[in-house]
Amino acid sequence: MQDFTFHMPAAVADASGLLGSCEDPKLIAGGMTLLPTLKQRLAEPTDLIDLGAIADLKGIRREGEHIVVGAMTCHADVAASELVLSTIPGLAMLAGQIGDPAVRHRGTIGGSCANADPAADYPAGIVGLGATVVTNQREIAGDDFFVGLFETALEPGEIITAMRFPVPKWSHYMKLRHPASGYAVVGVMIVDTGAGVRVAVTGAGPSAFRVTAMEEALSADFSAKAIDAIKVDADGLNADMHASAAYRAHVIGVLAKRAIAARR
Amino acid sequence: MGQFGIGQPVRRKEDVRLLTGKGVYTDDVNIDGQVFAVFVRSPQAHATINSIDIQPALAAEGVIAIYTGDDLAADGVGTLETEVEMSDLAGNPMFRPKRTLLATGKVRFLGEPVAVVLAETQEQARAAAELVMVDYDQLPSIASTSGAVDPSSPPVWPEHGSNVSVHWENRPASEIDVHMERAKTRVTVDIVNNRLVPNPMEPRAAVAQFDAETGVMTLYAPTQGGRRIQGGLAKGILKIPADKMRVISQDTGGGFGIRGKLYPELGVVCWAARRSGRPVKWRGDRSETFVSDYHGRDQVNHAEMGLDENGRVVALKVHTILNVGAYMGENGPRLPISGGGRIIPGVYDIANFYFSVKPVFTNTVPTDTYRGAGRPEANFLMERLMDAAADATGLSRDEVRRRNVIRQDQMPYMTQMGLLIDSGDFIGNMDMAMEHSDWKGFEARRKDSEKTGKLRGIGIGNFVEAAGGRPTEEMRVRISPDGKATVFAGTYSHGQGHETVYAQLIEEYLGVPFADVSLVQGDTATSPMGSAGTFGSRSSWMGGLGIRKSSDAVIAKGRKIAAKLLQGEEEGVTFENGVFSAGAGSVTIQEVAKAAQEPKNLPEGMEPGLDESFHVKRDAELFNFPNGCHVCEVEVDPDLGIVQIVRYTAVDDCGVVLNPFIVHGQVYGGVAQGIGQALTENTVYDAEGQLMTGSFMDYGMPKAQHFSHIEALFNEVPCKTNELGVKGAGEAGACGAPSAFVSAVMDALKPYGIRHLDMPLTPDRVWQAIAEAKSDKAA
Repeated sequence: MQDFTFHMPAAVADASGLLGSCEDPKLIAGGMTLLPTLKQRLAEPTDLIDLGAIADLKGIRREGEHIVVGAMTCHADVAASELVLSTIPGLAMLAGQIGDPAVRHRGTIGGSCANADPAADYPAGIVGLGATVVTNQREIAGDDFFVGLFETALEPGEIITAMRFPVPKWSHYMKLRHPASGYAVVGVMIVDTGAGVRVAVTGAGPSAFRVTAMEEALSADFSAKAIDAIKVDADGLNADMHASAAYRAHVIGVLAKRAIAARR
Repeated sequence: MGQFGIGQPVRRKEDVRLLTGKGVYTDDVNIDGQVFAVFVRSPQAHATINSIDIQPALAAEGVIAIYTGDDLAADGVGTLETEVEMSDLAGNPMFRPKRTLLATGKVRFLGEPVAVVLAETQEQARAAAELVMVDYDQLPSIASTSGAVDPSSPPVWPEHGSNVSVHWENRPASEIDVHMERAKTRVTVDIVNNRLVPNPMEPRAAVAQFDAETGVMTLYAPTQGGRRIQGGLAKGILKIPADKMRVISQDTGGGFGIRGKLYPELGVVCWAARRSGRPVKWRGDRSETFVSDYHGRDQVNHAEMGLDENGRVVALKVHTILNVGAYMGENGPRLPISGGGRIIPGVYDIANFYFSVKPVFTNTVPTDTYRGAGRPEANFLMERLMDAAADATGLSRDEVRRRNVIRQDQMPYMTQMGLLIDSGDFIGNMDMAMEHSDWKGFEARRKDSEKTGKLRGIGIGNFVEAAGGRPTEEMRVRISPDGKATVFAGTYSHGQGHETVYAQLIEEYLGVPFADVSLVQGDTATSPMGSAGTFGSRSSWMGGLGIRKSSDAVIAKGRKIAAKLLQGEEEGVTFENGVFSAGAGSVTIQEVAKAAQEPKNLPEGMEPGLDESFHVKRDAELFNFPNGCHVCEVEVDPDLGIVQIVRYTAVDDCGVVLNPFIVHGQVYGGVAQGIGQALTENTVYDAEGQLMTGSFMDYGMPKAQHFSHIEALFNEVPCKTNELGVKGAGEAGACGAPSAFVSAVMDALKPYGIRHLDMPLTPDRVWQAIAEAKSDKAA
């Protein structure tokens, strides 16, 4: 690991100021991806700005019909939150399946989303639940946030402060774990918003995406049968030595049906 | 038998120390003035080295020195070569290339060290290593095991002309063909025994210090006993007297066979310490584990077996290709043959056996001993054949096995490969495993699984090992004047729990309380000269026997002293539970030890002290034969291809069990590694020889979630060839698990007509097979 200057600002504005003034800065949240990257010398920032001391970025609260999760809230806290469990159980389910206990106590929702790993779990939650990504500069619709492989709509200097989730009628997340890393080979989030059904997939493409054919079918008839005939096209899906594109396409259908079957 | 004696489930003495961070591993060793070494490794699988430009790196901050293979050669540093020699039936010897510690002229696998950078800090060394400019010309490469036998495959060693180092056969194939022809039923299996990265928890490390005044080189490194590495470094590499080479391993975080090897980096670090005049520390990271620790397994087997009308095997032919990697490991080429593979035909009585092995070179990390070392591969092959035989004959899987196992009344049984199996209850193992796994009730459980859309399967795997490793070991037992006992071991516990088991033996044999026994090991300066180390499931046997014999000598000497103290005749002195008695008088072993310091208490001419050692020497062809039967039950989710173990029953015969608590641990660990191979682990090189599974992100280690409870049972049949009655215990699980597991999955997949899939049975692979089977049916 290359030497760097470590900063621990107490306010988002200070962090933002440092981002502007340092030579080659990087924000660090839980560090679950950044730390190994630094150790392997694949990233060599001059300055590391730790968001861990900014109290405003932590915590989960209700704001009317929304649940707001601070960007620095760790996965374990989301998974165990009474508020999340009682309002958006699918989100708690998702957070509880990320990595392992150590990762879930260090990794954060903001860090995971900013990193935009194609196999991360949270993107399915952000997109599937139609969340809004709140930054220090603006609000970004979840649907517009993930733009490609490790690529988001964030501008340089922009810091995620919170995720705002509308409370749905029902939500469920299912995942096929990667046999080595535990990341999502495929993760499927299904949400009944009350006004329609959203189906979001992570792990299978360059970034999280919605399966509109399933959404339309399920909005008309919320049953596993309704999507039985819908085949997800394997074209353009991820393929690696652990899972072919055809397998991933198939798994999306299986997990979606199982998630639906879980609704009572 | 006391609370801490033989057979008691005594809690491990070493655990508190190890689990509270008090262990001392090599990375905990720091020497004043040390510099840090970082190796420059080849990013190419196969290439000519045109030049190495070290100047930019030498100019970097903190850099002390940079050495290449040319520097080593100029200083007369030796090379590594395999210990194995073999030849084909015509007497043509195996091609045995030498390996320079740092690559010169060519690199032959990705990760091969090319240069070493020494700097004041670890970070400076790493940064400078990136500045070492190696100019490579890429050469065509070969990674595939089966592909390497093709005469047109790119040669790793053009001087040999072929990638096949030798074609070893036990006899002419034609001798078996006549038997094969009279078989009523013939079955064949083709197996890829997947390559594994052993991954001990502690990555490799080394700290070397050279004392110019005394000429003593001291190396700290994780090993499985330093004596062999001491000898190899002194004689083969540094060319110094062995007594000027000291190797110290305090704690070592897992060995599995591969930590016992003399790796090139150890030689380089020692030499660099002498050359630079500074202590040198190298801390290998996990990425280096993947590309430079020796790998395990990697065989391709083709086997044919013939059975008569009664389901008895009449002939067996096995063709094995072993991928040795780019160089030959110390023992690597031996594994399919004398190193473990010759335990084929396993627990079965098969008179007509042909066995052919081709060790082949590829542009990959060398392979060598890894938990089981040839025996898991051999047993897996044999058990897949038995399942195939069940399919072909219509006999049940257990029945075809029962008809062929070596019965107790046939023992001692000499195998076709010259191994004398002294004992074992192979039918009893199967009975016990099938009873405790409720084999009879399986059909009902299968139906229950069907209701939830799962396919349930049950599988059985027999196994036998040849355990014991090298034929010599030396142990020393000392009772100090304070009455406490010390075992100076030639073996080396690196996870096995010797501190505990050896203390149990001392309490049992000498009556010195368990708590008063300590273990000294892991330092060539203090371990007995005849030390060999711990590998090959040998320590309870070789180490245990050494303690037994040393203890006998302690008692014999103690009896003489006690006789003098008690003013009796030596013949009249008895010894029991730590007390020497003669008539009405008695004296404890502790009192004798104290008295033994005073010449006045000793018979004439006797040396003071109570300190005896014993050099165990056995026939090199004498082994013991741990054996067992494992039954595994799985559920397969056919829509996702996920296999989940739902029940596991392990019956093991490790002979007399010295500590069931510790042996259970060995069974659990071995099963976990066996299931790792069968379910999650795979080492993948692409066609260019690039390693695709170079980290835990891509290389799947087995995890707790993959397992059910493991019911570990013993079918204890004492070994007849050693006084303790023990058999090895360390490698059994890894031998039994893959076959039982794969058998279970194939049982579950039987409705699809799928009869064999190569390991690991990952979701994608299982689903793919089901999808293909479905489309075949549809077509």
